[in-house]
Amino acid sequence: MEQELNDNAPRFSPEALARTEEIFKRYPPEHREAALMPILHLAQREFGGWLSPEALDYVARFMKLAPIRVHEVASFYTMYNLKRVGRYHIQVCTNISCWLCGSDAIVEALRARLGIGFGQTSADGRFTLAEVECLGACVNAPMLQINDDYHENLTPEKVVGIIDQLP
Amino acid sequence: MNQSAPIQIVFRNIHKADSHTLAVYLAGGGYKAVVRALARTPEEVIEEVKKSGIRGRGGAGFPAGIKWSFIPRVSHRPKYLVCNADEGEPGTCKDRDILRYDPHRLIEGMIIAGHAVGAERGYIYIRGEFFHESQRVEAAIRDAYAKGYLGENIFGKGIRFDLAIHLGGGAYVCGEETALLESLEGKKGQPRVKPPFPANVGLWGGPTVINNVETLASIPDIIEHGGAWYASLGVEKSTGTKIFSVSGHVNRPGNHEVAMGIPLKTLLETHAGGVRGGWDNLKGVIPGGSSSPILTRAACETVTMDYDSIAKAGSMLGSGAVIVLDRSVCVVRAIARLSRFYRHESCGQCTPCREGTGWLSQIMDRLEAGGGQRGDIELLEELCGNISGKTICALGDAAAMPVAGAIRAFREEFVHHVAHGRCMVE
Repeated sequence: MEQELNDNAPRFSPEALARTEEIFKRYPPEHREAALMPILHLAQREFGGWLSPEALDYVARFMKLAPIRVHEVASFYTMYNLKRVGRYHIQVCTNISCWLCGSDAIVEALRARLGIGFGQTSADGRFTLAEVECLGACVNAPMLQINDDYHENLTPEKVVGIIDQLP
Repeated sequence: MNQSAPIQIVFRNIHKADSHTLAVYLAGGGYKAVVRALARTPEEVIEEVKKSGIRGRGGAGFPAGIKWSFIPRVSHRPKYLVCNADEGEPGTCKDRDILRYDPHRLIEGMIIAGHAVGAERGYIYIRGEFFHESQRVEAAIRDAYAKGYLGENIFGKGIRFDLAIHLGGGAYVCGEETALLESLEGKKGQPRVKPPFPANVGLWGGPTVINNVETLASIPDIIEHGGAWYASLGVEKSTGTKIFSVSGHVNRPGNHEVAMGIPLKTLLETHAGGVRGGWDNLKGVIPGGSSSPILTRAACETVTMDYDSIAKAGSMLGSGAVIVLDRSVCVVRAIARLSRFYRHESCGQCTPCREGTGWLSQIMDRLEAGGGQRGDIELLEELCGNISGKTICALGDAAAMPVAGAIRAFREEFVHHVAHGRCMVE
């Protein structure tokens, strides 16, 4: 079980380790494994926006859980990216309220501007475009999410402006 | 009372500057109700909430006071209070505003609820995409700890109540309470077989009460002004106020808090700025989130926004997400989109749902794309019947209801699709 970690292997920074201590405190000590989801979220942030097989193995060792337990959870929830994503993960809602308010045009504008479709990452690694289900901002439809941020009440022009202003 | 007047209970603070801060919440009279509640016995608090008649605002509409009374007074396992903030029913976005604009109202409601059921630990399960909202809640929890409102000796009363957040991972099914518990325990979010119910065997096997954000955020006012006062708002069996998320084809989409029982037409015409293109341009309304059957314009003329009236019209109040469709919309296409959603969100545990949602979506897509076959409508109806009531949780029913409801209300559009391979409206 205990393997030597090579220098390139993912591992938590001291700041992340301090954060894990805060996370563990939320749960009774005898139910430490409840922290798996927040620890996976943290790992994804720490390790470049996605969870590589090595990152999942690291979390398994860190949590003292079987790798299959970790993989089972990471693959069940859509927010854990098991494939590399671009620096900007653009998630467009096309569910009913957004669709009624013009998400088709938003998707078209994104495709035209980025030159990629759903599930694709731009060649320069800047953008990944994804279609997602309802993100819970329906009264401000249409909307999309870029990394942690919601962008609401969109028009095709606004979307292009947002993309072009990304650093 | 006048059902049409705007009334703000849960949303009272949210338009104030810095409404999420402790200072603003305290200035508005915050954390007074909890002091009052802690001076009363748990039984008295539950009695007050029962008297209010408030029903669960997450969608199921179960009376909250009765839910609390199911928690055994004495338990050899720790008891837990869980707030369901996994807001994910398409069309619904009211809890997000409470989380980001008035987190202390929720925290106060949870401390009161914790006292009522005897839980020493609570969790707020927030959908993972609400990252900024979760940070607001976390900051509010920190401030409440610093004041001694949370912790081992809350308000100096010798009572313990710890509170923490838990972020979801993007799975609609975790809004189902037992799937939520699994997820909170660090597992895949697959619903549990009931019974046993969470009130007896919930989080880590302990008695657990799970309430929606809006329900818990209503509790401080119920304690402050009394259950009878709350019950005087709204109508019989649908008491108090409700936040309706009005989206789609209205001129002023938004979250509107009104007394229950308001006519749907008033909600749309007065509060939501009217249907785009005028009332006559209305095709139908999905009145309670994506799983509630669509109402025709004729039904929308008379239905009132309470549990009984909407049920009588053949739909349900659900989470209070009112999705408005004007006459430019093809009903088949709209429902096909919802079917795709349920197929995506089925957790895969029960065969009727796992397989059935896939078939519903495939047939709806086929109809929409012009490849509908004779017998498809009957096949959809049969499928709905084979899913409903045959699964561990209600996701299967939620997938079937919009399809069966749309066929009931707009059968001619489905028939047109099969016969002509295209929409009536496009």
